[in-house]
Amino acid sequence: MIVFLQVMVNGILNGLVYALVATGLSLIWGVMDVINFAHGDYLMVAMYTSFWIGALLGVDPVLSWIVSGAFLFLIGALTYKLIIRYTVGRSAISALLATFGLSMFLKNVCLYLFSPNFRLLSKTVLGGKTIETGGVIFPVPQLVTALGALVVIVLVYYMVKKTRLGWAIQATAMDKEAAELMGIDTERIYLLVFGLGGSCVGIAGGLLPSYLAVHPEVGLLFGLLAFVIVAMGGFGSIPGALFAALLVGLVESFSGFFIAPVFKYVAVFALYLLVVMVRPKGLFGW
Amino acid sequence: MKRKIERKDWLLFALIILFALLPAIPGIRENSLTMHVILMIFLMASMSQSWNIVGGYCGQVSFGHSVFFGIGAYGAAMAVVKYGMTPWPGALAGAFLAAGIAVLISWPVFRLSGHYFAIATFAIVEIFNRLFMVWYWVGGAIGLDYSITEQGIVNFVWYQSKVGYYYGALVLLGLVFGVVRWIERHRIGYYLRAVREGQETAEALGVDSTKAKLSAMAVSAFLAALCGAFFAQYNYRVDPPMVMSLDMSMKFVLVTILGGTGTLFGPLVGAAVLVPLQEYSRAFLGGLGGGVDLIIFGLLIILVVVKQPKGVVGIFSYLRRRMVERESVGKEND
Repeated sequence: MIVFLQVMVNGILNGLVYALVATGLSLIWGVMDVINFAHGDYLMVAMYTSFWIGALLGVDPVLSWIVSGAFLFLIGALTYKLIIRYTVGRSAISALLATFGLSMFLKNVCLYLFSPNFRLLSKTVLGGKTIETGGVIFPVPQLVTALGALVVIVLVYYMVKKTRLGWAIQATAMDKEAAELMGIDTERIYLLVFGLGGSCVGIAGGLLPSYLAVHPEVGLLFGLLAFVIVAMGGFGSIPGALFAALLVGLVESFSGFFIAPVFKYVAVFALYLLVVMVRPKGLFGW
Repeated sequence: MKRKIERKDWLLFALIILFALLPAIPGIRENSLTMHVILMIFLMASMSQSWNIVGGYCGQVSFGHSVFFGIGAYGAAMAVVKYGMTPWPGALAGAFLAAGIAVLISWPVFRLSGHYFAIATFAIVEIFNRLFMVWYWVGGAIGLDYSITEQGIVNFVWYQSKVGYYYGALVLLGLVFGVVRWIERHRIGYYLRAVREGQETAEALGVDSTKAKLSAMAVSAFLAALCGAFFAQYNYRVDPPMVMSLDMSMKFVLVTILGGTGTLFGPLVGAAVLVPLQEYSRAFLGGLGGGVDLIIFGLLIILVVVKQPKGVVGIFSYLRRRMVERESVGKEND
């Protein structure tokens, strides 16, 4: 029973981090119908940012996520300005291919600058601490990251649903021309959405280096999982992404523990295929 | 119905003959790096051309072709390593198996559209990659290593020179390009392009779009698997990350995108840009240049998608149009 609970806790903690990464992707996908293939590499860049701030300046990831969140906002906005803006109105796949080019670029620039070595911040404030309740162990770095992720997701959701900016974003997502006629500067909304999407993954990446080693390939798996989560949750739905992320986290940890570690991603990707076969637009999609 | 031989066909014949004569030039045959680069261009062009059938002509952007490539590679390697046979029956079996699996997988996946289709093909690659990693019958994560056999066409291995591989790759290139040219000119080619331009419209005109897409996928997977078999023979080994990975899948797509999708010569042009970039930067920068070729390639892809979605071939035809226009304007002025 304890083992079962422990595996579940691990799954949920991982799932919440996936959820934050996926929320950023979901925003972009939902508003602009663009898959940002470089999303996983955004995470990698954010992790390097937080890592180097920690290693060179001695600032802990519990604070440096602010910097990496802001930095990734900038990168997201730049991606829109320099690349995505030109692919609007072309075939749906062209933005994906352009961002794949960006992904190769970011990954290999980091490989060139920082070498393929795995780097982990030692001596962080949270590192190595655990909380134990009733036999179930909560590792503190994972717990703080997961709770931080949850808070950011709730904030983003609130922002989209309840603020004037959020309404403008929703209006742009529904009908770009009509939104323009209502006086919404859709160009600015797109820029903001791409920036916000970057920020979400930037905050996740900023918190991660306290327990996860960073290397140029670290983003690939997170990126793939984020695609699967967003597609499974349904087109641009943040609650859908949260639900699907928790599902993916749980499937990953349960199949990894009870079947075999190598099968955990086979199970996750098979689950995705199964879900879209039954509901081609995802669980919460329309 | 008799079909006229067009300029494209002459160009294709001429290119193949030119490539066949290339090793006769002194200096090329002896330089194994040059031979390697040229034959890798042939291989990469054949791979992307096989993808082009589905991704270019039919408009179904699949990121799953490394699965078929891998099955072909494993087919040849299993025949040699496990059964001590020549690679030929293995390559053929692998190709038919790949075509079968392609139809089996694609039949449900083709129901998805747009991004959902793309993500499903990613997921399939990841599933195959991880399953092959732990499937010990085919060597698991360690892969299959060739033992030394007698060199020659029968075993399709050569050790001292690359001439055998060079002509092997050229035959592959001729085969794949020939098939695609045949498709381009026949009824099925028109069906595929009709499906690309609008599935509903095509169906309204009586095209069975599912059948068209599935047959394109089967042919494409068959040819991709043959390329995979060649790749295994050339490297004397095969393991899952080498042949069945997302990176490999993306090569099929990106080379075609760079050259020009849905065009006969696009894959060749794309390969002629990428392969030298990759091989020479690796040869001259070595370990220091970690990823420089991919940095440049990434930027090229962004540039092509943003500025010229028809690829390098698109740039050529644009230039040619400009020249023709200028000529006609000049004549009017006379």
